[in-house]
Amino acid sequence: MKDHSLLTVEGLWKSYHGHAVLRGIDLEVRPHEVVCLVGASGSGKSTLLRCVNLLETVDDGAIHLDGRDITDVRVDPDAVRKRMGVVFQAFNLFPHMTVLDNITLAPRKVHGTGRREAEQQALELLERFGLADKAKAYPDRLSGGQQQRVAIIRALAVRPLLMLLDEVTSALDPALVAEVLGVIRELKGSGMTMILTTHEMGFCREIADTVCFLDNGVLLEKAPPEEFFTDPKEPRTRQFLRSVLDARRI
Amino acid sequence: MAVRSTPDASGWVKSARQVERERLLRRRSIRSGSIATVSTLLVVVLLVWGVTASPGWERVRETFFDPEQFVRAFPDVLSGFLLNVKIFLIAEPLVLLVGLSVALVRGLRSPVFFPLRALAVAYTDIFRGVPTILVIYLVGFGLPALGLQGMPTDLATLGVIALTLSYGAYVAEVFRAGIDSVHPSQIAAARSLGLGHGGTMRHVVLPQAVRRVVPPLLNDFVSLQKDTALVATIGPLEALRQAQIHAASTFNYTPYLVGALLFILLTIPLARLTDYLAARSQRRRGQ
Repeated sequence: MKDHSLLTVEGLWKSYHGHAVLRGIDLEVRPHEVVCLVGASGSGKSTLLRCVNLLETVDDGAIHLDGRDITDVRVDPDAVRKRMGVVFQAFNLFPHMTVLDNITLAPRKVHGTGRREAEQQALELLERFGLADKAKAYPDRLSGGQQQRVAIIRALAVRPLLMLLDEVTSALDPALVAEVLGVIRELKGSGMTMILTTHEMGFCREIADTVCFLDNGVLLEKAPPEEFFTDPKEPRTRQFLRSVLDARRI
Repeated sequence: MAVRSTPDASGWVKSARQVERERLLRRRSIRSGSIATVSTLLVVVLLVWGVTASPGWERVRETFFDPEQFVRAFPDVLSGFLLNVKIFLIAEPLVLLVGLSVALVRGLRSPVFFPLRALAVAYTDIFRGVPTILVIYLVGFGLPALGLQGMPTDLATLGVIALTLSYGAYVAEVFRAGIDSVHPSQIAAARSLGLGHGGTMRHVVLPQAVRRVVPPLLNDFVSLQKDTALVATIGPLEALRQAQIHAASTFNYTPYLVGALLFILLTIPLARLTDYLAARSQRRRGQ
């Protein structure tokens, strides 16, 4: 649509069993922008990411990726997903494959890269994120933090236009959160466009270019992090931030 | 965007874009529906043509699809079939009982139970390994020959015993797979509450295990329904035996077709139930 946005979400509606989870979401993501979605559980953050990845069919509205309407029924969802990387809360690595095979699966089987080249690239990525010695290990031999870093590399290996990260630190031991956040920080440094949902407000404030607050399926407030955290406009946002702060204090 | 309809409870007004999208989806589903219909018809026509155009079709039709023989054999085969149903209805609960007991015995850990456990392992190994028809021969002719007092001599009863022995071994393995599939953390949680091995099994592990193995169990039961026909080999007048008698007197095989149809009518409902239960558990896991 607009030539300077990579992803445009327009009037997106989604409901499950008659319960509206997203009610007319509008969102724009520019290239290299990092957008943080925050909000209580059930506010629709994850559903929004799932819709962007076409894991859900939308009830109304449209999503444009790189100028093309990906919610058009004639669009092949696989072709769209090829250009996005997704990282899940529970890692979802394939337990029957080594780290290297996990990472090279999509480049080899979806993008047609040769084994040698795909492995070369995977090893470079593993090297870059300090996991080179784990290439031949199976996921169950890794710590949660290492597994999640591998999952990020797996998503990254297909050189996506856009990365979607859904609560990627929520299943981790607090001591392991930092190493995963370090990887995301590095991704931002390399100019990757990302949409992430998170409960880590401190990290959100540091990494986001834009923070979006979802409440009950509505995108209630959207602001740069400094403004969002110091001077929120909406009463619901203030209430949410206060409850998060209270939880931290305990 | 133009407002086309009234808002629903959540305040959603369908946009023109969505109206257009739904129109496209409808058109697409009509198109794929018609493609499916045409290709199904084509396959059926080709199959029917392929069979009826074969050089020996006339002979096959006379020997297997004779309406007159069908009508004549039907009452006898049907009365025989009732015996199949009876065998099945008695064997099925027995199979469940044997299968579950053997699976539970194999799960006992204490060394005191070693002989029982060894017996259970030997039982499953032997009866899964021996073809069902051989088990039926051995039980049907071997057991009465022992001349033990109180040993049943009724052929159908012996058939039930043979089928129970054979299928009990399969079903024991199905139950064992189900028990093993319950995550160890469930057992840890139950034991942590002070439940013993028995209580853990009864209240926590088995309810989850049984639910998981219902589809494979039903599959084994469909198989058991058909295998009641194997009991014909030791002589009781069930469906297959009745059909054999008719076929032997007329040299026409249509009575076998009668038997086949009756078995199909019996197994289809169970097969659909299996499908339904499998789909339901799939849906539950999806949520």
